[in-house]
Amino acid sequence: MSKLRYALYTGCTARESTPELLKSTLAVAEALDIELVLLDEATCCGASHLQDFDDFLSLVLNARNICYAEKMELPLVTICNTCQLNTSMTKERLDHDENLKAQVNEKLKEVGLEYKGTSEVKHFLYALIDDVGIDEIAKRVTKPLKNINMAAFYGCHNIRPSELQSQNNGGENPYNPTSIDDLILALGGQNVEYEHKNKCCGFHVELQAPNTANKLSASALTDAIDNNADAVVTPCPLCHLRLDVQQHNISKAAGREVHIPIFHLPQMIGLALGIEPEKLGINHHVTETDLV
Amino acid sequence: MEQLEKKILTFKVFRFNAETDYLPHYDEFKMEVSQSEVVLDILNRIKWEHDGSLSYRRSCRHGICGSCAIKVNNKPVLSCKERVFDLVEIFGTELVLDPQDKKRAYKDFVINKENFWKKYDSVIPYMIANINENPESENIVSPKEAEELDEADYCIQCGNCFYACPVVEVNEEYFGPAAFVKAFRFTADKRDESKKERLEIVDKIGQGVWDCVKCFECAEACPKELNPITKITKLHNQIFDEGIAESNVAVRHAVGFKHSIEKHGILDEGELVRYSEGNIGVLKHVPEAIAMFKKGKIVLPWNMPKSKNLDEVKKLIDSSSTTKF
Repeated sequence: MSKLRYALYTGCTARESTPELLKSTLAVAEALDIELVLLDEATCCGASHLQDFDDFLSLVLNARNICYAEKMELPLVTICNTCQLNTSMTKERLDHDENLKAQVNEKLKEVGLEYKGTSEVKHFLYALIDDVGIDEIAKRVTKPLKNINMAAFYGCHNIRPSELQSQNNGGENPYNPTSIDDLILALGGQNVEYEHKNKCCGFHVELQAPNTANKLSASALTDAIDNNADAVVTPCPLCHLRLDVQQHNISKAAGREVHIPIFHLPQMIGLALGIEPEKLGINHHVTETDLV
Repeated sequence: MEQLEKKILTFKVFRFNAETDYLPHYDEFKMEVSQSEVVLDILNRIKWEHDGSLSYRRSCRHGICGSCAIKVNNKPVLSCKERVFDLVEIFGTELVLDPQDKKRAYKDFVINKENFWKKYDSVIPYMIANINENPESENIVSPKEAEELDEADYCIQCGNCFYACPVVEVNEEYFGPAAFVKAFRFTADKRDESKKERLEIVDKIGQGVWDCVKCFECAEACPKELNPITKITKLHNQIFDEGIAESNVAVRHAVGFKHSIEKHGILDEGELVRYSEGNIGVLKHVPEAIAMFKKGKIVLPWNMPKSKNLDEVKKLIDSSSTTKF
C-alpha cells in the first residue's frame, strides 16, 4: 500500500488554544505512517459564525482553503468538527450549484486560484477509520487502555447534518454514532454507553449565552460520570475547550463537582500506541489528566 | 404473493397519567412486526389489541397534520411516516417509545404543547398587509419570489424540532426553531409589511436567533426536511441587511471573525473575545485566561501566527464582502 497522504487543515485552535491537538495529531500520523502536509495558507473557516454576517464571503474563504488541497491533489483532512462542517458545506454547495461556483471562482480568479471540487473533505477520525482501518490500528496497540472507561463525546458537526456528513463519515447515524466507541474497544478500553454522547456542548454560545453553554456541558459530563466514565474523548477541539477549560463553571451549572479528564481523539490513540504523554501534549490540559 | 419480511421486536412504551401517577413507567410489548408497518401501526395495535387506555395523538395518517410526533430511542419521528424497520436498522430490536417531552406528558404520549404554541405566537404567525378588499387584478407572486420562502411555509407545526432543540430545554425564553421558521416564512414574503418588526423580535438576545447553538438537531428532526437552521442563518443575514443588528456581544462575535481573518488569516482567539465582550466585559474571562496561559493555551499577540499568502486573503475580503456593520 502506498503511503497515505493528506492536506491537513489545522483550523485555528490547534495553533493557539489547543496546541496539544496539533502535537498529538502529528505524533499519531507519524506512528501510523501517514504523511500530513500542513495547509499553512488556510484561513479560519468562520467557525459557523461568519456566514451569519456574510454568507458569500464565508463561501469564498472556505473555497480558497480547499483550493490549496486541490493544488496538491490531496484529500483535505480536518481536526475540528466545525472546520469539517464549514469546509464540507462549502464544498457541497459549490459542487451542486454551477452558478454559485462560477460566482465564487470569479473572485478566486483575482488571486490566481480556482475551486474545482476535486479534493475530498473529511475529519481525521474518519480518515483513520476509512483509510487505515480499525483493525490495523488495533494491531499497533502497545499500551492498551486497560481498565479505562472512556466516554466518547462525538460533537455535533461530525454527525449533523447527517445528509451532508454521512458522505464523509461512513454513514454514521446521528442518533446512534459508533465509530469512536468501536475505536475505544479496539484500543483495549471500555466504552461508556450514555445518552448525551451525540449531544451539543454549547460552545457556540459561550460568549452570548454562558448559562446555556454551561448547562448543556453539565448535562453531558454528569451523564458520562453517572455512567462510570473515567474520562471523555472528543474529536472536536471546541468541545474540548468547553469541557476541559470550563469545568469550574460547568460544576456551578451542575450544582455538584464535575471533575473528569477530557482527551482529544488523537491523544487517546497515541497513548494506546505507546507514544509518550508529553509528546501528545497532555500537559496542556486545564483539568488534570490523572489517568495517565 | 411475496411474503413480507417479519421481525420479533420489543417495544418499551412510556406510560404516565398526570391525574393518578406520581412517576412514569414503561410497559413492555413483544410483537411480530412486518416490513410495511410504521410506528403509528404499532401504537394502534397496542391500543386495539393490548391496552385500550394507551393515549396518543393522531389524525391524518399522511404526514400533514403533525399530531402524531413522538420520539423513538430519542430520535424525533412522525409516527405515521416512520417505518419500524428503518428504526431497527439504527437501534436494533429493542425500541423505546417516548413522548416528545417526558416532562410535559399529560397522558402517555399526549403532552402539553403550550410552550410550543406560546413561542409560535410570539413571532406574529400571520401576514400583516394592507389588502385592498376590492382588487381589480390578482395579487401575483412570481415563482422566483415564492422560492424565497425556501419551503418555510411547509411547516406542519409538529414540534419535532422544538422538542429536539437543546436550547429550548435549558432556556425558557428561547423561541426555538419552529418559531424562527415561521418568522422567516413572513420576513421572506414580499407581501408582508412587518419585516423590520419581525426581525427586531428574533434579534433579541435570550429569545432570538443569537442563542442558537448550531447543533443541527432541528435539521435532523424535521419530518418535512425544512432544515430550520438554514432559516436561522437567513434571519441572521436579514438582521444585518436591514440594519437591525445592534452592537452587542453576539453581533460583534459574528463580525469579529472577519476582522480577525483580515488581519491574520487565522483567528486571533484572544482578540475575538476582547472585541466581542468589549474592554470591560472581557475582564470576566481573566480567571480562565490565566488558567489557560499557565497551560500554554494562550498565544501572546506578538507571537500570533499568520496564514501564508495573507495579501490574497485581504484582496478577497475587499472584493467579496457583501455585508457591512
